[in-house]
Amino acid sequence: MKSSMTSKLRFLIALIPLIVFGGILEALVQSGVVPLYILPSPSSVFVSLATDIQEFVSGFKSTAIGATLGLALSFGIGTTTAMALSLSETLRRAFLPYATFFQTVPIIALAPVLVIWFGFGRPTVVASAFIVSVFPIIANSMLGLQSADPALRDLFRIHGASKMKTLWKLQLPAALPAVFGGLRIASGLAVIGAVVGEFIAGGGLGEVVDAARTQQRLDKVFAAVLLSSLLGLILVVMTDFVSRLMLRSWYVVKDE
Amino acid sequence: MSDIRIEKVDKSFEKTGEVVRPLDLEIPAGQFVAFLGPSGCGKSTLLRMIAGLERPTHGRIQRDESDRISFVFQEPQLLPWRTVLENVRLPLELVDERSTQERNELSRQALIRVGLGEALDKMPRQLSGGMKMRVSLARALVTEPRILLLDEPFGALDEVTRYRLQEDLRSFWQAFRMTVIFVTHSMSEAAFLAERQIVFSGRPARVVADRQSPLGIQRGDALRLSPEFAGEVRELQQKFRSNEEYP
Repeated sequence: MKSSMTSKLRFLIALIPLIVFGGILEALVQSGVVPLYILPSPSSVFVSLATDIQEFVSGFKSTAIGATLGLALSFGIGTTTAMALSLSETLRRAFLPYATFFQTVPIIALAPVLVIWFGFGRPTVVASAFIVSVFPIIANSMLGLQSADPALRDLFRIHGASKMKTLWKLQLPAALPAVFGGLRIASGLAVIGAVVGEFIAGGGLGEVVDAARTQQRLDKVFAAVLLSSLLGLILVVMTDFVSRLMLRSWYVVKDE
Repeated sequence: MSDIRIEKVDKSFEKTGEVVRPLDLEIPAGQFVAFLGPSGCGKSTLLRMIAGLERPTHGRIQRDESDRISFVFQEPQLLPWRTVLENVRLPLELVDERSTQERNELSRQALIRVGLGEALDKMPRQLSGGMKMRVSLARALVTEPRILLLDEPFGALDEVTRYRLQEDLRSFWQAFRMTVIFVTHSMSEAAFLAERQIVFSGRPARVVADRQSPLGIQRGDALRLSPEFAGEVRELQQKFRSNEEYP
C-alpha cells in the first residue's frame, strides 16, 4: 500500500498516543489518584525492567523457545492434518467436528492437566502453546486447500490427475496464502499458550508474572506482560517476512 | 479415434430443474461443430457431459475412452504460480511418463504454434487477456487431443484479438483434424469457425436446427466481409430467432 506519509512521520504519529496516555497515567499515579496496587506508573515499569533485567532476559528467552517450538509443532502437525482431511471425505466427517469442539476448550483449564502429563518445565509449555495455536492452522489450511477454482479442478480431472497430484500441483500451492494467514494468527496465540503453560509449569515470563503477582509487584507484572507482547509481535513479524518471501517466489515474476 | 454418439441424453439439476431435453446427436470424428444458443441455455452442460465432468440424468454418451480430451474454459484458468511454459507443461505432468526434457520440448513447440515462443518464462500476470487465452490453447493442444472442447473461450476478448484467435483455431484444426466442439452464443463466430452448426433453444436446451456449413475449408479475414458469409449469419439468425424466447 502506498501512502503519502513518510515512514518517519507515520512512526511519529503512532508514538503520540503512547506519549499522551503514558503521560496521563504517570500523572494519575504520581498524584495518588490511582493507587500503586491498582496500576503501576509507566516509569516504575521501566525501572523494574532495568533492575531485574537478567531475570527478564532469561524469562524472555525461555518463553520464546517454548512458543517457537509449540508453533513449529503446530505448523507441522496442523498442515499435515489438514492435508489428510482434505484427501478423504470420510476422515473429514469423522474428525472435523471434534477439532472444532476442542478448539473451544479453555487452555487455562487444561494447563494443570498438562502438568500431570508432561511434568513441570518445557514440555508442558510447548504442549500448551501447541494446543492453542494448532487449530487456526488446521482451519486455514483446510480452507486454502479447498480454495482452488472449480474450473482448475475440472482441468485436473479431465487430464486424469490422481488425488495426490491434484494435492501437490493444485491445492497446496493455491493454499499457501491461507496457510500463512493461519500461521500469522497462530504465532500470536502460541505466545499466549506458552505464558499460560508457564503459570502452572514454571519458567519463562509466565513464572515471572505469577511470582510478581503474588508479591503484589504490579510494576513487574506489567513489565513481563510488555515483554510477552513484544515476543508475540516479533513472531508475527517473522512469519510475515517468511510468508512474503515464499509467496513472492510462487506468484511473482521469476525473470525480474 | 471415434465418433461421439449422444443417445437420449437429458440432464436435470435438483435446483434448476431440466437443463437439457432428451437429445440424440452424432458427431463424426474430426468434425468441427459449433453449439450455438442463448446464454445459459444448457449447451455448456452438454459440453461438460461430453467431457465427462457431468453425468447425464438419463441416456448415455458414447466415445472412445482412449481418445485424449482437452477442454478450454471461458477464462484462461492459468496457475498463477507457474510460468507460461510450466502452465502448458501441466497436462503432460499429470498423465504421461515422458522425461521433463521431452515435456519441455513439447510445451515449447505448442507455445511457438500459438505465437508465444518468446514468452516462455513470463508469469501469467504479465500477459494480456489475449495472450493468456493463447497459453490456455497451447495447454489444450500440447497433449495432441483427439477431442477439443471449448466453452465460449473468446467471449471476453476484444474483437481484433478474437478474430485472430478464431483464425488460429481454424488452422490448428486443419493441421490436426481432431474433433472440435465449440460452444458460443455468437452467430458470426459459429458461422466462421464450424463445418456444422447445431442451434439450441433456451433452457431446457433442445435442438432447433442442425446444419452443415456451405463455406469452404479455407477461411480468412476476407471471408468476414463477403456476401456469402453475411448470408450464413442471416441464416443462423433466423434459426436462432425461431426460438419462442426471441419472438
